[in-house]
Amino acid sequence: MNAWKWLALAGALAAALLVAGAVRRRALGTAAGRRFLRHPASTPGVFVLAFFVTLALAAPLVAPYDPDWMPGIVELQNRPPSGLHPLGTDVYSRDVWSRLVYGARISLGIGALAMLVAVTLGAAVGAVAGYFRRWVDAALMRFVDVGLALPRIFVLLMVVALWEHVPLAVLVLVIGFTSWFGTSRLVRAEVLSLREREFVAAARALGAGPRRVVFRHVLPNAAAPIIVSAALGIGNVMLLEAGLSFLGLGVPSPAPSWGSMIFDGTEKMAVAPWTSVFPGLAIAVVVMALNGIADGLRDALDPRREGGAA
Amino acid sequence: MTAALVQVEGLVKHFRVERGLFRVGRPRRLVRAVDGVSFAISAGRTLGLVGESGCGKSTVARSTLRLIEPDAGSVAAGPRQLRALRRRMQIVFQDPYGSLNPRMTVRQTLAEPLAIHRLARGAEAERRIAALLEEVGLDPTFANAYPHELSGGQRQRVGIARALSVEPEFVVLDEAVSALDVSVQAQVLNLLTDLQQRRRLTYLFIAHDLAVVKYIADQVAVMYLGRIVEHAPAAALYQAPRHPYTRSLLSAIPVPNPNAARQRIVLPGDVPSPVAPPPGCHFHPRCPHPKKNDLCRVETPRLREVAPAHFAACHFAEEPM
Repeated sequence: MNAWKWLALAGALAAALLVAGAVRRRALGTAAGRRFLRHPASTPGVFVLAFFVTLALAAPLVAPYDPDWMPGIVELQNRPPSGLHPLGTDVYSRDVWSRLVYGARISLGIGALAMLVAVTLGAAVGAVAGYFRRWVDAALMRFVDVGLALPRIFVLLMVVALWEHVPLAVLVLVIGFTSWFGTSRLVRAEVLSLREREFVAAARALGAGPRRVVFRHVLPNAAAPIIVSAALGIGNVMLLEAGLSFLGLGVPSPAPSWGSMIFDGTEKMAVAPWTSVFPGLAIAVVVMALNGIADGLRDALDPRREGGAA
Repeated sequence: MTAALVQVEGLVKHFRVERGLFRVGRPRRLVRAVDGVSFAISAGRTLGLVGESGCGKSTVARSTLRLIEPDAGSVAAGPRQLRALRRRMQIVFQDPYGSLNPRMTVRQTLAEPLAIHRLARGAEAERRIAALLEEVGLDPTFANAYPHELSGGQRQRVGIARALSVEPEFVVLDEAVSALDVSVQAQVLNLLTDLQQRRRLTYLFIAHDLAVVKYIADQVAVMYLGRIVEHAPAAALYQAPRHPYTRSLLSAIPVPNPNAARQRIVLPGDVPSPVAPPPGCHFHPRCPHPKKNDLCRVETPRLREVAPAHFAACHFAEEPM
């Protein structure tokens, strides 16, 4: 690891600080922003997330080595952290830090994309069920009940077992398709109350069709709970992906996802704990950051939940 | 009397209180929100519809506009086709905080109906929005404002401008001034009467405040538990109310003269639940009429003409109270 890489890492930290500072400055301008900042975990959360997103985006600049490069599978395996390998090497002599940096792309990417799928689907189903009610609502919500009752991990295992090496796109879709049930419940509840508001009746009286009413009047006003559930959901999806990869059924080797890195290190856990501990820490820290941001967003976007604070 | 622009016949709307896993099966209970309401409004006139909260006024308004489909009865008001109907009839709501989409600027709110009915786009839409704002007494710079930046009166004016944007003939004012301060109420009422003259509008003016209705309405209909109990020209109704319910309502209007002899008729009890309205005359359990007898408990009084153009639904409408 040379001086440039250390500089790039410092740059990533600086960028994350800048982002967190900019978010703080912008947030101070509005009442909702100040509610966001009042949550103690929100600013650190933004910083941590910004840091890992920067790492993911600038992976080639930050990572000292190719994440799959095995310089010496016998003599250089399971080396402890050193100046050359800041987080040590794994069982195949690959650089753990480089894999962690590239793994951020996969783990964060799957989290964000799968959540995008889930939120889009959940919002659509929730909006349709809540707006049209009657049998549409009954049918969709019974389906959601079934979805919520199925243990998600087993559904995932079943689907994933159809492939020897699961394509990433399939992984994203499968996680997305099994993660939208909660969001749809949330959106439905919000839509049920929004559809009775007078501005919705006014839009209908003006001749707006169901599509316009739902997309222009109902969903934009249901954005707050959707955003909060998405922020919470990314963390959950990342944990799910890590769990699958840990079972060896997620992101196929040698692609470095944080879950598969933990899996790779388990056998030598006693000799080379760094191979599993660092990706595990990364997952824990990012999920905590996302939960902090989600909690802050909930305080910011939903003043009703504000407990006592004026 | 000129031809009726709006004619409502035998309007019935019952709401089901539903139960059951799949929301099918026999509905358990019916809320009789509107139970056979008929009225007609002549072009350019105002019908005031008065009643307590929950008596079905708003359901009448929404059924008239076909925002909810009535269970029975007909609404004759121009075109059958819904989209064309939407241009002819508009509504202004009570709550100036709830009736504007909080995520849309005034410009977006006013541009939407123009876009839906393909009335104007671009610069032409912009010009129309400015003209509408001016017509309701707002500066065109308000176009950039969001609802939360406006006062209650300003919001209500935006709501009126939105209703006017499609150039309707008939406007339902559903408690349009009830949520406003008294001084603002007067301004908005003046605006509404001005607009009525300028644009030859026909109004259905819904309120629970008889004093406000007196100011604006030509005809007044009084509702109690889903039915019209009295319907008369405004002057006749205020001078010589025939239904005991109307009489008690009128006796509750404050008189701005401390020495005036007032005889208040205070009704006992609360409005019965529309789920289980009393048999016969809905009003009989609370009726203060001295002639009240068993007939009232059994037979529903029909709305009948008790004086020229003056209708009341009371077996003893001719008797003094």
